[in-house]
Amino acid sequence: MEEAIQGTHLEELKPPVTSVGVIGWVKNNLFNGWFNSILTIVILFFLWKTVPFLFRWAFIDSVWHTPGQGCREAAGACWSIISTNFRFIIFGFFPYEQQWRPLLAMMILFGLLFYSRDRNHWKKPLGYAWIMGLFTMGLLMKGGLFGLTPVESTQWGGLPLTLLLSVFGLTAAYPLGVLLALGRQSKMPALKLLCILYIELIRGVPLISLLFMSSIIFPLFLPEGITINKILRAQVAIILFTAAYIAEVVRGGLQGMSRGQYEAAESMGLNYYLTMRLVILPQALKIVIPPTVSILISAFKDTSLVVIIALFDLLKTTQSVLSNPEWMGFSREAYIFIAILYFLGCFSMSNYSRKLEKELSRGD
Amino acid sequence: MKLFKVCAVMVAVAVIATAGVAVAGTLQEVRSRGVLIAGVNGAVFGFSMPDKKGVWKGLDVDTAKAIAAAVFGDANKVRFTALTGVQRLPALQSKEIDVLCRNTTQTLTRTTVNGLNFAHVNYYDGQGFLVHKKLGVKSAKDLEGATVCVLPGTTTEMNAADFFRKNRMQWKPLVIEQTAELSKAFFAGRCDCLTSDASQLAAHRSVALNPGDYVLLPEIISKEPLCPVVRHGDDQWYDIVNWTVMALIQAEEFDITSKNVDSMLKSNDPAIQRFLGVTPGMGKALGVDDKWAYNIIKQVGNYGEIFERNVGTNTPLKLERGLNDLWTRGGLMYSAAFR
Repeated sequence: MEEAIQGTHLEELKPPVTSVGVIGWVKNNLFNGWFNSILTIVILFFLWKTVPFLFRWAFIDSVWHTPGQGCREAAGACWSIISTNFRFIIFGFFPYEQQWRPLLAMMILFGLLFYSRDRNHWKKPLGYAWIMGLFTMGLLMKGGLFGLTPVESTQWGGLPLTLLLSVFGLTAAYPLGVLLALGRQSKMPALKLLCILYIELIRGVPLISLLFMSSIIFPLFLPEGITINKILRAQVAIILFTAAYIAEVVRGGLQGMSRGQYEAAESMGLNYYLTMRLVILPQALKIVIPPTVSILISAFKDTSLVVIIALFDLLKTTQSVLSNPEWMGFSREAYIFIAILYFLGCFSMSNYSRKLEKELSRGD
Repeated sequence: MKLFKVCAVMVAVAVIATAGVAVAGTLQEVRSRGVLIAGVNGAVFGFSMPDKKGVWKGLDVDTAKAIAAAVFGDANKVRFTALTGVQRLPALQSKEIDVLCRNTTQTLTRTTVNGLNFAHVNYYDGQGFLVHKKLGVKSAKDLEGATVCVLPGTTTEMNAADFFRKNRMQWKPLVIEQTAELSKAFFAGRCDCLTSDASQLAAHRSVALNPGDYVLLPEIISKEPLCPVVRHGDDQWYDIVNWTVMALIQAEEFDITSKNVDSMLKSNDPAIQRFLGVTPGMGKALGVDDKWAYNIIKQVGNYGEIFERNVGTNTPLKLERGLNDLWTRGGLMYSAAFR
């Protein structure tokens, strides 16, 4: 019997063409069921209606290097607004001949950020590299040493300013937020009350009102003759605001830790500081990576609100170009351009957080 | 009781000390800082706006440069701070800036309640209407039932409402937040006419495909005398700013330009000699160098030159002198006497 079965030559049947390959994929993913089929057709119809038109507008009929008048005659997109004003949009008021300095500073920043991606690099030398890098960046921006002409911070603008506000805003807000979260969990009533007050007060108002406070009301409180730099004031407002949100997220992580973790740490004889540093925070912060990143991303985008206090960040330099009669009316192209820049920033942040999450959960 | 006395004395000392600082004066502060800080708008073409190299250009910018030339003898010793409409007055009051050159209209409340001093007008503006030629409208009084494009939340909107009510006409305001979108809507024909300050209308018209197709109606429905502004309580500084603007106007009246100012130094006219500091005295009275007017004209130019360079007929704005012409040619620019 067994032999008979073994001996029988079974013809190898291929799966039907409709369930493998391109056709199979299309059938399984786009046309499984009447509802999805209709959706697919409707979406395809819209794509067919819009994509060729957009492509034509953006690439075929577009102009890339003309003065404003040429743009008015062109049928498609006017990318000349970007190419002509590129350096002002990116660097703002930084003296024209000195613009290699913010460029170099940004490259150092990107280099450091890129190098820091890999967690294997998170060692002492990286810390020194950051300190050195920050010092060099500050020197490049501010000047005044080694024969670099001094540049007032009021002349900083464009992308370097956006990066400055967001990178420093986020790196300063994160530790502050963690401290606030710990303070809110604290058993010392005064400290706890203070932290709760701070968090609730800051979260109770929109960022715009904080920026207005910092730029309009705050200077009136200062004694005669003392003024604090406008950028610094905005920076502090952003840090205070973001920290309050991060504090609440971190608190969520702390509350997610089981009682057993604290007890285990206590039984090991660890004091408060060591308990937090070695046991609680590493786990709690890991849990809250996704919400933290979404806060960081929204904080990055929120820096564009400094437009309302007339700081020339990326958005404001673009708007400034748009109010020049030569380029008035090409807002679509200009906003698409900065939207792409913001998207790159936000997307790489969320991408990185996903990678970090995956790496950290590998040990579980 | 003794404690109370000590406190009282300390408060008194503090008050006197702060008063002392205030008396030190803006001129000394500016001098010791080595640079003038001027508040500007930053987004109005022709008045104050960065060019594509990030260099400030405009009529307000040049006014501030003239002040720097008067104080330092160097028109480049000025730093510009862009300010929004809400920020501008607090920035001046909190001494963040020394002078505000941000197309600010002189009004009674700003002078009294906000405690500000307005120097001589550096641009007479007023609200007007822009329409398409094919509409066949010759006067704003013909705008019965028109749809009007207007920016929200400004005096512009209220002025227009007042105008139409006063003339018992119906109108449909089309309120659009962004300046760039406003002109787009108008050129797309979504509204019959566009209302704004006349200088702004010129900027809008300049972006039309055929600027010649659009006309500015003759009616100007509001008064907008735009002036540099300083704080109350520092008369010397006010004098410097005020007389700087007047010097620009007076130079045009004397026909002194940035090109001929050197040869004008040899003029026989005693008034010109006094003005340019050949006969000393004027600058000293103001508290600046006797060559102050010479420096202003040499480095920045007279009012007419500034006007033509930034907003005049050879610029995209193509503005006529109109009210901003010298009084001798039928305008309102009239300087007090330099003697």
